[in-house]
Amino acid sequence: MSYRSHADLGGRPNAERVQPEPEGELFHAAWEPRALAVTLAMGATGSWNIDMSRAARETLPDYGQSSYYRNWIGALEKLLAERGLLLPDELAAGRALHPARPVARVLHAAEVPEALARGSPTERPATAPARFRLGDAVRTRAQHVDHHTRLPGYAHGKRGVIEGVQDMHVFADRHAQGLGEQPQWLYRVAFGGSELWGDDAAPGLSVALDAWESYLEPAA
Amino acid sequence: MSHDHDQHDHEHSELDEMTLRVRALETVLAQKGYIDPAALDVLIDTYQTQIGPRNGARGVARAWADAAFRDWMLRDGTAAIASLGYSGRQGEHMVVLANTRQRHHMVVCTLCSCYPWPVLGLPPTWYKSAPYRSRAVKDPRGVLADFGVTLPEGTEIRVVDSTAELRYLVLPRPAGTEGFSEEQLAALVTRDSMIGTGLPQEPAR
Repeated sequence: MSYRSHADLGGRPNAERVQPEPEGELFHAAWEPRALAVTLAMGATGSWNIDMSRAARETLPDYGQSSYYRNWIGALEKLLAERGLLLPDELAAGRALHPARPVARVLHAAEVPEALARGSPTERPATAPARFRLGDAVRTRAQHVDHHTRLPGYAHGKRGVIEGVQDMHVFADRHAQGLGEQPQWLYRVAFGGSELWGDDAAPGLSVALDAWESYLEPAA
Repeated sequence: MSHDHDQHDHEHSELDEMTLRVRALETVLAQKGYIDPAALDVLIDTYQTQIGPRNGARGVARAWADAAFRDWMLRDGTAAIASLGYSGRQGEHMVVLANTRQRHHMVVCTLCSCYPWPVLGLPPTWYKSAPYRSRAVKDPRGVLADFGVTLPEGTEIRVVDSTAELRYLVLPRPAGTEGFSEEQLAALVTRDSMIGTGLPQEPAR
């Protein structure tokens, strides 16, 4: 098995300008709000978790060539098919051809405001002491892993400083693989620009990211 | 007329493909009883009319006007923001980053497009785009230039990459707003200033 994310873009060469956009411009085609809503509604059934949907999106072969909501739909179709909830022949036919499979919940219209206001918190009660403290020097994992992960490539094997100790959180790497929550301590780690980019670093730049404990080792 | 119509269809072939694809999904998922079509309408209406960057602007204005609220926001962003009625999906754990004279913050999600929905709504297209996600962590001044923003030389830039479920809101610096009401202050707070790709508007003289 070889897991490949197409979404790890930080620091990749890209000469394109960023195109600012007015505040009110939410959607660029009439199908986009429908794509948003159908994805949120299926997410609410509990048939997968958010880390599984991120993994489904980032491994779409045409991820880099597709728009945001097109990737959402591609991932939704993949997640549905993997679970036998909806099969490709049904999409082609535009109607149900196979019996429905049970889902844990259905989000009804009246429940939407409360469900959105509740969200899905990932903080969990501490079950172990934190290994690192504010100000500790750490080094991030250098190796590629063969599954969904939230340590960006540009921050592999880099020395940083713990700047925030953020409680224990559901561990995305395991959660995405269906291995349960396995919460770990989460830290905000700050890196100097030259640690990440060497002599190319922009003056006065530092970058911080959130890293689970198992991404980190003590550094001298 | 019919010629114009064909032309139109041709130009929008991707849109038509996606329209049909999403419609088919909606239809089959509703037939199978997994989704309530009325819930879809409520979801869309919520993000079109209720949850957007004016929420965050209200929080920033409160922080500008009330030092105790500012301290609370910086100490426990989730609770302070929830006290204004904003919480939940994609803002479960909020961290507020205060810009100072010395340091400017810019928020990105290089791995996907994580964004604090309860306070800023849905992310703009550029936030989800490859140029922003690629360049922000390496060349934030170049990104700022695309927004027409130049920071004073010597300003530190701290880019924060949202790699877990913490969501970040930048608290920009106010400029010359003595005696302004919270409503007047909120009108100066742009969405981009709360991401760190912009600055608040200058008050009219």
